Amino acid sequence: MPERMALTGNEAVAHAMRQINPDTMAAYPITPQTAMMQKFADFAADGLIDTDIVLVESEHSAMSATVGAAAAGARSMTATAACGLALMWEILYIASSYRLPIVMPVVNRALSGPINIQGDHSDTMGTRDAGWIHLFSENAQEAYENTLQAIRIAEHPDVLTPAMVTLDGFIISHGVETVTIYDDAKAKKFVGEYNPRYTLLDANHPMTLGALDFSDFYFEHKVSQLDGMMASPQVVLDVGKEFKETFGGEECYEFFEAYKMDDAEYAVVVLGSTAGAARMVVDDLRGRGVKAGMIKIRMFRPFPYQEIAKLISPLKGCTILDRSIAYGGDGGPVHIEIRSALYGYNSVPMLTNYIYGLGGKPIEPEHIMSAMNELQEAVKTGTPKRRIGFLNLKEDYVPAV
Amino acid sequence: MAKLKDLALRPERLSGGHRLCPGCAAPMIARLALRSTDAHLVVGASTGCLEVSTTIYPYSAWKCSFIHNAFENVAATISGVEAAYRVLKKRGKIKEDFKFIAFGGDGGTYDIGLQSLSGAMERGHNMVYICYDNEAYQNTGNQRSSSTPMGSNTSTTPVGTESYGRVGKRKDLTAIMAAHHIPYVAQAAPHHWKDISRKFERALEVDGPAFINVLSPCVPGWKYDAKDTFNISRLAAQTCFWPLYEVDNGVWKLNFKPKEKLPVEEFLKTQGRFRHLFRPENKHVIELLQEEVDEQWERLLSLSGKK
Repeated sequence: MPERMALTGNEAVAHAMRQINPDTMAAYPITPQTAMMQKFADFAADGLIDTDIVLVESEHSAMSATVGAAAAGARSMTATAACGLALMWEILYIASSYRLPIVMPVVNRALSGPINIQGDHSDTMGTRDAGWIHLFSENAQEAYENTLQAIRIAEHPDVLTPAMVTLDGFIISHGVETVTIYDDAKAKKFVGEYNPRYTLLDANHPMTLGALDFSDFYFEHKVSQLDGMMASPQVVLDVGKEFKETFGGEECYEFFEAYKMDDAEYAVVVLGSTAGAARMVVDDLRGRGVKAGMIKIRMFRPFPYQEIAKLISPLKGCTILDRSIAYGGDGGPVHIEIRSALYGYNSVPMLTNYIYGLGGKPIEPEHIMSAMNELQEAVKTGTPKRRIGFLNLKEDYVPAV
Repeated sequence: MAKLKDLALRPERLSGGHRLCPGCAAPMIARLALRSTDAHLVVGASTGCLEVSTTIYPYSAWKCSFIHNAFENVAATISGVEAAYRVLKKRGKIKEDFKFIAFGGDGGTYDIGLQSLSGAMERGHNMVYICYDNEAYQNTGNQRSSSTPMGSNTSTTPVGTESYGRVGKRKDLTAIMAAHHIPYVAQAAPHHWKDISRKFERALEVDGPAFINVLSPCVPGWKYDAKDTFNISRLAAQTCFWPLYEVDNGVWKLNFKPKEKLPVEEFLKTQGRFRHLFRPENKHVIELLQEEVDEQWERLLSLSGKK
């Protein structure tokens, strides 16, 4: 039977990992992910799982050991945050190029420096081109459900691509919510058995993995990674549909959630936990007669260009909120993707971009409301106040852009 | 232990046709290691000569399963493979018995891979780590590593009017690994097949991690004639520049004590990388190197109860 429990996001994901009961789990502590692995270790200590937990000496080794285990045919997981993800960076590319379906929850945290332990999206955005699927979560429930689904998505024979499930540091990872943990047997059945076709431990078919690839093959091999990545959107939808049918959940099971977008003229695009505040702002605006809507992106990689552009192109104005900066780029990474998605459409709305929440700086409905008000003003005047804005920056600080 | 005849009869698991240099000790070491067990094997290699020369896509010289991940992480990678094996065996998904060997050069072991190695050994994975120590980053063209001997002419410690080559002492990696208190640690050299084969067998037989540091003479880096690999290896042992010993469950044992301990010059003079040390102005470097060798030898004699 499903059970309603008061859990943090970290605990909710740990429950997903308990139900997955992976073959191996490489664990290394880093705030704000630490509590997730502690909870998982508790489950192991109490005999609820029989995963081989590899207590590595760094995140670099966490990903390296996970690559080794996955290549050996094990369903292999690890989890990290921020600097830990940055330390793994080199091996993230190797995991995806070896087509190893590793699933890794990432608790989004600001990257150093200066050192900061609170939430923003700089860490996973730094890995956006590493060949991993990125699924963002709005709350603990979604983080739990995304983790279960990510196993099926990553391991799908057409996909065989590693996947990150993200949850905002502290806001989701440490906030306590009521979470529905679905029936264990049903969850296990949904996740299913992992039977990879090629493994290092196939005694009858020894294999070489990681050979030196010169220019006669490297390019083709890198391009072939796109096969898996581009097969994943359909699998994300199929797995999401099956999940909803199996468990009757009410979260986002598609590429994004389109909230009150049917007749919207103005929209705000967000990732992760900020969707809650954005939804409030949309409701508030609707109460004042403004046709507002919200798009909460769930699948950032691969980016759903066409589907998003179709939704945004008819709007009068759209503001994109980014919780990281693409230094020297056009604002934040989500903004860059959306501008790119809209190229070629005859009708294109006014676009504004706001960076917010770096290093855990609070984002409140009034900040999002100010962005929406400025957007309406920009549509009226035909020029945005600023191409790139910053929400909740100290008033006496004047940014360079 | 297996006799030479038995070893020769075991299947070859590293085939010929790979692209390592003639005279390179690395494939000789690898072949002997692979022959020292009948079990199925998964071999890992860090980025380096052995890896790039044996697996050029779409070819592979390895007849057992092989994985290369990156430069600094072969120990962590093989620890993951071993963890997978343990759990898949427990869960009934694998029937066969496997053993696990990680190969790394000195760059990938003494330097960039030291943390990964230390972690894997401390965690107690049932694996053998073999360092083929050619005393510099030979794959990238003889750059100095922390294993490079004092006075060595490398491409990052070139000899010049103000330089006699590498300054300072080598890192004593074998002792560092012994300090991990793992079941088996050894130092070996390829000229002594009997000693090295016994060590490989022992390393694969103990329950838990084992580490073997093997001197691996390098023809282009050390600058000598390809036919001299074993002679140089032998001189390294006879001068006590590279003592052969083991630490079996904490017990230090010297495996070779030369009848006459030759001066380190006998080893140095065989190689172009030390040629400049024989100029009068560099005489003191040979003396310093002799002191380093003597110090290490005395310590070893004392640790192994020979003194």
